Amino acid sequence: MNETLIAFLREIAATNQWGAILPEMALGLLALTLLVIEMILPRHQHYLMVRFAIFGQIAILAVIAFAARNTPLVTEGSLFGGMLLQNDLTQFMRAFFFICSIVVCYLGHIYLEREKLARTEFYAIVIIVAAAMMLLVQSHHFVMLFVALETVTIGFYILVSYCRKSVFSLEAGLKYLIMGALSSSILLFGIVLLYGAGGNPALAGASGDALAFGNLREFIALNSDNALVRAGVLLTLAGIFFKISAVPFQVWVPDVYQGAPTPTTAFLAVGSKAVGFIVLLTLVRGPFAGMTDFLLPILSVIAAVTILFGNISAIGQRNVKRMMGFSGVAHAGYLLVGIVAAMTVPWAHLAIIFYLFTYLFASFAVFGVMTLVPKANDALQEMDHYRDFARREPFLGGVLAVGLGSLAGIPPLAGFIGKLFLFIAAFEAGLYGLLAISVLGVFISIYYYFGWMREVYFGDAYPADSQPVSAGSVSFVDRVALGALVIATIVIGLFPKALPILP
Amino acid sequence: MVNGFTDFNAILLFIAVILPLALGGLLLLGGRFPQRLNRTLALVGFAAPLVISLWLFRCFDATAAESGFVFQSRFATGLEALGIYLHLGLNGISLALVLLTGVVGLAAGLFAMQSQAERGHLYLALLLIMLGGLVGTFASIDLFFFYFFHEFALIPTFIMIGIWGGAGRRTAAIEMTIYLTAGALLSLLGLIALYWNSGAEYFSIIALREYLAAEPLSATVQNNIFPLLLVGFGILVSLFPFHSWAPRGYGVAPTAAAMLHAGVLKKFGLYGLLQIAAPLLPLGAMEWQSWLLWLALGNVLIIGLITLAQNDLKQMIGYASVMHMGYCFLGIATFSVIGAGGVIILMVAHGMSVALLFLLSTCIYHRSQTFDMGAMGGLARKTPVLAAFFVVATMASIGLPGFGNFIGEFTIFMSLGESEATRWFVLPTAIGIIISAVYGLRAVARTFFGNAHEGILKRFEKGEIEDLRWSERLPAGFLVVGLLIVGLWPAVLTDNASDAVESIYGRAPVEQSALVLQVETAAVESLALLTSDLHSNER
Repeated sequence: MNETLIAFLREIAATNQWGAILPEMALGLLALTLLVIEMILPRHQHYLMVRFAIFGQIAILAVIAFAARNTPLVTEGSLFGGMLLQNDLTQFMRAFFFICSIVVCYLGHIYLEREKLARTEFYAIVIIVAAAMMLLVQSHHFVMLFVALETVTIGFYILVSYCRKSVFSLEAGLKYLIMGALSSSILLFGIVLLYGAGGNPALAGASGDALAFGNLREFIALNSDNALVRAGVLLTLAGIFFKISAVPFQVWVPDVYQGAPTPTTAFLAVGSKAVGFIVLLTLVRGPFAGMTDFLLPILSVIAAVTILFGNISAIGQRNVKRMMGFSGVAHAGYLLVGIVAAMTVPWAHLAIIFYLFTYLFASFAVFGVMTLVPKANDALQEMDHYRDFARREPFLGGVLAVGLGSLAGIPPLAGFIGKLFLFIAAFEAGLYGLLAISVLGVFISIYYYFGWMREVYFGDAYPADSQPVSAGSVSFVDRVALGALVIATIVIGLFPKALPILP
Repeated sequence: MVNGFTDFNAILLFIAVILPLALGGLLLLGGRFPQRLNRTLALVGFAAPLVISLWLFRCFDATAAESGFVFQSRFATGLEALGIYLHLGLNGISLALVLLTGVVGLAAGLFAMQSQAERGHLYLALLLIMLGGLVGTFASIDLFFFYFFHEFALIPTFIMIGIWGGAGRRTAAIEMTIYLTAGALLSLLGLIALYWNSGAEYFSIIALREYLAAEPLSATVQNNIFPLLLVGFGILVSLFPFHSWAPRGYGVAPTAAAMLHAGVLKKFGLYGLLQIAAPLLPLGAMEWQSWLLWLALGNVLIIGLITLAQNDLKQMIGYASVMHMGYCFLGIATFSVIGAGGVIILMVAHGMSVALLFLLSTCIYHRSQTFDMGAMGGLARKTPVLAAFFVVATMASIGLPGFGNFIGEFTIFMSLGESEATRWFVLPTAIGIIISAVYGLRAVARTFFGNAHEGILKRFEKGEIEDLRWSERLPAGFLVVGLLIVGLWPAVLTDNASDAVESIYGRAPVEQSALVLQVETAAVESLALLTSDLHSNER
């Protein structure tokens, strides 16, 4: 027993691929270290935990950037026997999730201090979820994909219901648990169908390891009209659609977005959605590439319905968290258009990543303001509360204007460039119908984004029965953090080159 | 392809775009600066485009560059992969519009500086950003930045209406936002479709012209793209069924924003049709010509009749400006050199006259505290200068000879008469002239002459009604001078533009001066008759 273990360790040391997932391991270690630090630190100094969490992540980022100066971090080719695959795309997304988890930790800090909830666990879970997301975008094997996805999902079960004293948070947690479990089982069922079919020696291209993306790609290309394979592919995609909240798998969105603590909502809206899209992209371009003819019309219809559903539902919302949820569904629709385009246009994945980054900066700016605005109940943020908000809080009003403007796709903000690239990709792919629906969606979205902005800027005196909101105290650090997001949004809008994604 | 600046004047053009934007950005943060500094900075920003455009006008020589665009400069901003560069330059058509922007921009700026708006630095900052965006949009050769700068100018309008607008501003602001964003997006889609199908290397007017001259698009493609541009630009210029945002928006907009929007920004769509859509998609334009003609007729006749029914002075001016856009559309629909020349003159003249009308209507409001023409009357007794200005502005707007509007409209009629297909449109559109004369003169009579309303009489007694102050006379006088120059010496615009227009619509040079002069002398007499009529009315 011992000898086999030693032999195994030796083999792993010889291949020496651990360096390739250094960031993920370092994040995992950081999360564990945070728990240890909490035990050592005296209770009245626990407020320092956020500094350990954030500066720890920044330090890891700095060390990796320094190390990658000489030797490129990307290891071309598959790692760990085909479990992982790294390329430029995954590198961008790792940076993406780093930013995500740093911002969410910071928003969490604001929220947790106000609600007086346990701190360390939140940071630890956020960091582990971010590490799992990084692994998820690199996974090249269904086992890896499922394990990483479950790590993300289970982390979110806790994060969504983190505010135990709030009925809304608990309700959201339960709904997310049920829906998440359902989607995981659907995903697993799809994977198993593919595994079963792919291992069937009677079918052409069957292989021993039908969970590896490389093998599946060949197999599916050869058996693209097999009913079992098609069912497997569709069920697998359905599982992913839950994550990206595409119609008809979006039912959980409004309640969960509303009930979850605002930092978690932000993480769900940005991180969880982004990871879903990258997985979807990897799947439709990798293992499911042979099915393009079959999937294209299905995905197109889903994209169209998602855009229209998200935008039309958002119009009627007066609760800003629910509105952001529905608008997130609409953004998922635009991104799905990008996915459909990416099936035929080689550079379209860059447009998707660019869009995700612009969405990250804009969404976090908006959610940042929503986190900073304290009130009796975090889940009940009505639009009326924001009446004439800009006069009371000019800085936060400005942040909200830039964030919402970018989400609506108004030049010169980053969101416009993001949409432009997506639409050009769609144009190149010849998706004129989807393009028309996307533009229609953008028109509709202007109504509700500007409706909110109108309350913020042009609001008359608020009605006597509703309480006006104003942030208790916006600290200098808050201003720097939100200011950085706003500046990123404006700079990318003016100089898209600032984001080194597009060629 | 140039990179960087071609010459010193190119740097000046770049400054004319960047300086107002930069100063506007500075003033956004300028809540803490002393007011004097804010106003000085703003004045520099408002004056720079005019000074520079006058200098460029002096130096302009269309034959200097093969493409017709001089003062070029080009920079990469990170979109090179898509063939998009920040590419500035002017040809004869865009020079006219940059001049217009300079004149109206300075007038609007001067007027804004004397108005005591709440949060004044923000007001001036937004106006500067709008001005910079306007210069940028007309100076852009690259079509992406053409759109991009247009949005720069558009967004401040919404904010200014929302914050400083009159009653009903919340609804008007959002209505305008949705309409104009829809129009802008549609036209962007059309431009991208055009770019994509042309196969051009760069997203610039020059590259598209070269590519499409060598290899024109098929008729089907042109027929599909042209309606996108027609409707998109049409919404922005308030083409007939898409006009409802304009009167309502202008009705509540703060004066300076209304002046710049109605005077200059609205010309974006016409400029797009004239410079881009019609020349690059000639077959599509011919296919959709009858649509354009009929809708333009709707602008002239239907909106003209609606204008007649207005009691609110500002709404009336808003509707009148929608109506006059109909003539511009008609001119474009002829696709002839003469028509295009007429549209250029009318764009510039209308821009100045409508800005003057909005300015004066606010001056009237300050004195009468109402826009309701039924509750005015007799103002001329205490405000002879204001009355004189208003009469001049109205005469210009309804197209009396001596003003640019007349030359523009007359040239457009000529171009309509030139072709069999459009000849009979002359009659109904000429009725439009009568309509506009009726509502224009009625507005003058109801506001300044006749018996004063009780409210006005009370204000007379209290001595609250004074004549136009110098701070108001200055911007107004400025616009009147501009109108007269264009009216008496239209060659100032057409000489420079004729090369560009000819190369685009090329049949004959813009030949009109002789004919125009003949008609003018005859018409000056009728002007004298009309004014004496008004005076006798008063007595």
